[in-house]
Amino acid sequence: MIRRLAFLLLMVAAALGCQLATATATDPDASLAHILQRVTYGPRPGDIERVKAMGLSAWLERQLQPETIDDRAVERGLATLPTLTMSIGELQRAYPRPDADTRQKLTRGDMSPREMREQYPMDKRPARIVGELQTARMLRAVTAERQLQEVMVDFWLNHFNVFAGKGELRWYLPDWERTVIRPNALGRFPTLLRASARHPAMLFYLDNWLSTRPDFVRRGGPDQGRRAGLNENYARELMELHTLGVDGGYTQRDVTEVARAFTGWTIDRPRADARFVFRSATHDYGAKVVLGRTIQYGGERDGEAILDMLARHPSTARFLAGKLVRRFVADDPPPALVERVAVRYQDTGGDIRAMLRVIFTSPEFLAPDTAGAKIKKPTEFVVSAVRALGATPDARGAMALARASAEIGEGLYEAQPPTGYPDRAEAWVNPGTLLARMNFALALSEGRVSGVSVDVGALVSEADRQRPEVVLERLLASLIHGAPSAETRAVLVAQLGTPEITRLSTDDRGPANTDVNKLAALVLGSPEFQRR
Amino acid sequence: MMLTRRALLKSGACALAAVAAPPRFLVRAAQGAERRGKVLVAIFQRGAVDGLSMVAPHGDPAYARSRSSIALAPPRRGDTATALDLDGYFALHPSLAPLKPLWESKTLAVVHACGSPDTTRSHFDAQDYMESGTPGVKSTPDGWLGRAAAALPTSSASPFRSVALTSRLPRSLRGDAGALAMSSLDRFDVRGAPSGVARRGFESLYADGVQDLLHGTGRETFEAVKLLKSAGAARLSPANGADYPRGRFGEALRQIAQLVRADVGLQIAFAEVEGWDTHVGQGAEQGQLSNRLREFGAALAAFAQDLGDRIADVVVLTMSEFGRTVAENGNRGTDHGHATAMLALGGAIRGGHVYGRWPGLAPEQRYEGRDLAVTTDFRTLFNEIATRHLALPATAPLFPGWSPAPRPLGLLA
Repeated sequence: MIRRLAFLLLMVAAALGCQLATATATDPDASLAHILQRVTYGPRPGDIERVKAMGLSAWLERQLQPETIDDRAVERGLATLPTLTMSIGELQRAYPRPDADTRQKLTRGDMSPREMREQYPMDKRPARIVGELQTARMLRAVTAERQLQEVMVDFWLNHFNVFAGKGELRWYLPDWERTVIRPNALGRFPTLLRASARHPAMLFYLDNWLSTRPDFVRRGGPDQGRRAGLNENYARELMELHTLGVDGGYTQRDVTEVARAFTGWTIDRPRADARFVFRSATHDYGAKVVLGRTIQYGGERDGEAILDMLARHPSTARFLAGKLVRRFVADDPPPALVERVAVRYQDTGGDIRAMLRVIFTSPEFLAPDTAGAKIKKPTEFVVSAVRALGATPDARGAMALARASAEIGEGLYEAQPPTGYPDRAEAWVNPGTLLARMNFALALSEGRVSGVSVDVGALVSEADRQRPEVVLERLLASLIHGAPSAETRAVLVAQLGTPEITRLSTDDRGPANTDVNKLAALVLGSPEFQRR
Repeated sequence: MMLTRRALLKSGACALAAVAAPPRFLVRAAQGAERRGKVLVAIFQRGAVDGLSMVAPHGDPAYARSRSSIALAPPRRGDTATALDLDGYFALHPSLAPLKPLWESKTLAVVHACGSPDTTRSHFDAQDYMESGTPGVKSTPDGWLGRAAAALPTSSASPFRSVALTSRLPRSLRGDAGALAMSSLDRFDVRGAPSGVARRGFESLYADGVQDLLHGTGRETFEAVKLLKSAGAARLSPANGADYPRGRFGEALRQIAQLVRADVGLQIAFAEVEGWDTHVGQGAEQGQLSNRLREFGAALAAFAQDLGDRIADVVVLTMSEFGRTVAENGNRGTDHGHATAMLALGGAIRGGHVYGRWPGLAPEQRYEGRDLAVTTDFRTLFNEIATRHLALPATAPLFPGWSPAPRPLGLLA
């Protein structure tokens, strides 16, 4: 095992080494910064030095094996968020939906705010569950050492998107993230796919829990005596968004057949502890023909066979490879790299780590024109700004960061369509959100985001402060690493001459007290900082 | 609150002092302010609205038969809790009652059995095809409204010429002509006092440098901030007693009305409204879909009321990626289907009429045996409205690879 690992590290090192030699002839730190921008939520002060000391390939391999990284400090920070570790049943009991009477009063506005707080306190409402999830995501993204794990959790939460606002989902979400997404984020895709298919969150979000064989007649409940039937929602998205991709070669006929195979996959007691159950009474036991193959085990195995078949399909390999390369390399993924990553998927039976290794050691990933080619998504922008300043949020601050990210267009767990959030520049760059980014940069640097303690001054020494041009160089070095464009540098230098940025001191020792906060805000709001 | 040429030129002079490039747009906007421009408002109902409930074909005998629990009951004169009859064959969903007066005044028209020739039942693809305007072709870089903007005379270019009241720019508006996406007029500025230095700083950061998406967007942003401020759009409260429903969609329409009334040069606006994917428990007169339609109808009616006489210059066009199955599914809901109903509203619309050929709902009349067939290509509708209302040149390629039907629907007078 150790020998295998050592060999692997050697391979990574060799591959990285030869690339870095070309890319870093001028500035090795810039290349490390580029890698950190992609593999993490952005470098914190001192990160580049730490990676250098450890060696890039050793650091990368550690990120690929998050279980080897001590992250107890983060876990302690999460201890103030009790809903994260609760089961679905515990959550349903502790944060029940309001009773009919309270609901009616709420919608009619019959209750005074005070009455509402007393009868229906904020910390007993189901909304708390989603709030704590958002808080935890932001806390982890900013402070976790297992950065690649967090990046991949975000990736898979989007890939297998479910929407917190739909029905029972909010009670299901902590369990979904804890038991389906997190343990498999760097694991094997087929395992992740199977776990997603059986979880109440997915069964509910894409309505499969309600789908039955076409001739099933309900024997009880409010719909007693009514004929139920197929619901195609999950079957379609399973192929379009989770596995094959929309051009993966399936037809409407396949969608219907897959829907038939998943009849009976449902939720037992959805409003209590909500567990997966296979109900043979609602299952369609007839043979199904999917992608030209006949499936006729009859029962739960039909769905399982389809998941296996889809996970093994070459379209799935290409679709997933394309999405990963888009995340880590470029909006328009280089086809040759996608092909290599897809082959790796096929060779390893869907090993996510193995695919990432191909990406991280590829010339495409390290090519000079890849650096800065991606526009940061709103969460990436918000988190990277906090990390770049070396700021630390408490739980309240993390919630404020989640709200800031929502204002820039990416509310966590709030993407309604099954596609999740897009990963392309055009989706995120427009005047409204650009202003929101600048406003966040200002609020953060000036210490106006409550719960986030920021000390921009710590990035520059006291002595430097009297030399504005040195202050600027320090900020540029620690916030945007690579060289800023000539225009950006010129604009920032010009700002140094304004009295708002550089206040003249009252004594005779020349300019003092550079407004580092405002200057930092300008850097964080600059075009360079919007890229990674 | 008309913006005078003088005020604009004045603010133009201020802007001139601040940035190096002459703000030609301000001068153009000042010229344009003298005549009130035409405005097209596109509304996307994302998630595939059930056109058969929005505008129910109660005259089709297969309608009630196919939907045992979710069909609307036939209209009854004087009963506003049931479907509201339009022409003896079609009826408006009772939750759309606020739109009925607009039908009576012939300001509102319906185009039924409208949709895409592409057969995909994927939300994502179908929206993409409808917004790009090229069904079946994914490589189209821009959107149909982006191309419409490009076909408008350049003399009328304002940073507010194409605006989406959304947090992300929709596919429809993408294109070289540029468009603006904003979720709130009030928050459209660099905030935090004193913001002057920060705003100027940010503005200069995006003023020069490479011609890329970020810099271009940054320059647009600050032009727009200045114009919006000088026009005072965000301070206009709803006129004529218009009462917008709470929620994002009502807010979006309220702000589009502010932009129209402030004469900032708006010609193409876009808003979206979600929650139409009613696979489960769709409801009939009451229920899930009814609630969504109530908000939808109330917001549209408030918009028309808010604009008052200005509705003469405005056309609202609603669209959705596809319709839903004719028959209800096993969960008292409907699955992804094909054609749906679209609405056109405005002073220039020849309203009070349901346009399009009705294909029928009997199983043998359906598309693939399950869906309402498309008898009006969405491009016929979009093209007619955009080219006629915005007076685009007939040669404007709004829908590449497609030629308009020889006979228009006749929606515009």
